[in-house]
Amino acid sequence: MKRRAFLTKSVAGATTTMCGLPVVFSDNLPKGLQLISELSDVQDLPSDKHSGLTLLNDRPWNIETPPHLLDDHITPKDRIFIRNNGIAPETVDSEHWELIVEGEAVPNPKSFTIAQLKANFRAYTYQLTLECGGNGRSEFNPPAKGNQWTTGAVYASQWTGVRLRDLLEAVGINDNAVYVGYYGRDTHLSGDVNKTVISRGVPMSKAMEDETLIAYQLNGEDIPLMHGYPLRLVAGGWPASASGKWLHKIVVRDKVHDGSKMTGDAYRVPCESVAPGSKVQDENMCIIESMPVKSLITYPKTGAVVRQNQHFEVRGHAWAGDLEVSEVHVSIDFGATWQKCKLDAPANRLAWQHWKTEVTLDKPGYYEVWARATDPTGKMQPMIVPGWNPKGYLNNACHRIAVKTS
Amino acid sequence: MQESDILKKLGQITQLLVSMMSVIALMICITVYAVYFHRNHDQNVNVASKDEPTDSDSLPKKAVLDIAGLADDPNIEIIATNCTACHSAKLVVQNRATREGWKSMIQWMQKTQNLWDLGKNEDIILDYLAKNYAPENKGRRVPLQNIEWYELTP
Repeated sequence: MKRRAFLTKSVAGATTTMCGLPVVFSDNLPKGLQLISELSDVQDLPSDKHSGLTLLNDRPWNIETPPHLLDDHITPKDRIFIRNNGIAPETVDSEHWELIVEGEAVPNPKSFTIAQLKANFRAYTYQLTLECGGNGRSEFNPPAKGNQWTTGAVYASQWTGVRLRDLLEAVGINDNAVYVGYYGRDTHLSGDVNKTVISRGVPMSKAMEDETLIAYQLNGEDIPLMHGYPLRLVAGGWPASASGKWLHKIVVRDKVHDGSKMTGDAYRVPCESVAPGSKVQDENMCIIESMPVKSLITYPKTGAVVRQNQHFEVRGHAWAGDLEVSEVHVSIDFGATWQKCKLDAPANRLAWQHWKTEVTLDKPGYYEVWARATDPTGKMQPMIVPGWNPKGYLNNACHRIAVKTS
Repeated sequence: MQESDILKKLGQITQLLVSMMSVIALMICITVYAVYFHRNHDQNVNVASKDEPTDSDSLPKKAVLDIAGLADDPNIEIIATNCTACHSAKLVVQNRATREGWKSMIQWMQKTQNLWDLGKNEDIILDYLAKNYAPENKGRRVPLQNIEWYELTP
């Protein structure tokens, strides 16, 4: 990863940082070297990312993917969004990496090296949809605090690892098990080593599903550092924050896990809907579990100019948390009429599904193509922004692209 | 590197900076400085305001402003010093809130993220944020924006 650093030089020539402090030894710095400042205009993406991704924040890294770059069935690693809450570990010694399993419901805590995980448990590979709970946050009104994601905090890559269930069964857990929480090796933004960046997880029912993995590979290679190398808990269909990166400890709790970002407004929404801008008491907030039905138009890219009466393909992906999407429709007349799309079955449970259709625009003018997926319970994506919540989660409003005829 | 030169430079800064003088390699210096800044922020500010005239005089203000992406303001250094120590300015400028909303973010950061007591700077910071990063009523859904038109080849 490359981080372009910069240094400010005062008029008098003394080297200072942004808060005006002298830089110790500044006169001894070799000419041409740059310091990492507290304040920077770093526009560079991590070097292993596609240059078309959108940088929201570089400290910590938060980067999203424009929809047309998510056209692949299986998302390549350079197009995966990054949502980091803290600072990724600088170096990882995967040979000596340990995964500890402990907690109130674990009578005999155990620890495993990655080699032991690979040797002692069967490996499974699943394509899993991971979407940030805050994807679409930028559209909420009144605005919600945090990174202002638009549509690009979602992907579906292939994960390989061992089933969390197999691991927990091997370790042995008691009947009082309620929730699995994770701990990772990232560092708090404040630099305080005693603070946990994020420690979320899933209830036992989700933990014991076939597709919930302790993964050590993404798309058949080592997991990229930004996505959790060398180990990641992966629970597809749930807010991606439930899938802990740089995983080094699993705790099996006898109550709902109360780690960092499990409480308050974090990854929780009002249990019952509230008026926009409402203050919601803690006891009326519920943890987000399965993500709602949603879809993306990945082709064409927004802004397409087509000829009148030209047929063109419109395609993308659709997903529905723990459920399988049952139908996808598109509209070219702002939702007045809808045409049904061809929808593929998922590669496996919790993988996004591909859909496509042919569209023809027979009049001159400005059009929008809207996509709307439906889940098996009949729930559809809304055309406007759904119910407001304090942190702006779960915006599954239909995706729109602009098209005009020439 | 001359030790006597180093000692001269230490004249007006604190003992904690003295401890940093043992750091010679550039990368180690940068790392220690970053940690030092995070852990001893209040002290750093005091040092700067007492002993260094650099705050308003010799900082290349325009350059800093452009770099940060923060809206220009006479108090920009107070904003930058307090609001970009842990996260980048990009997190600030992409958010919109009322004064009350910004205050609740500050309180959340103080409660969970090790943000220090802002003292008399809190009002300055809140005034700045409420003025420059106030919410706009964007209704239930805004029109598609910033469309770059291109020919779609069949």
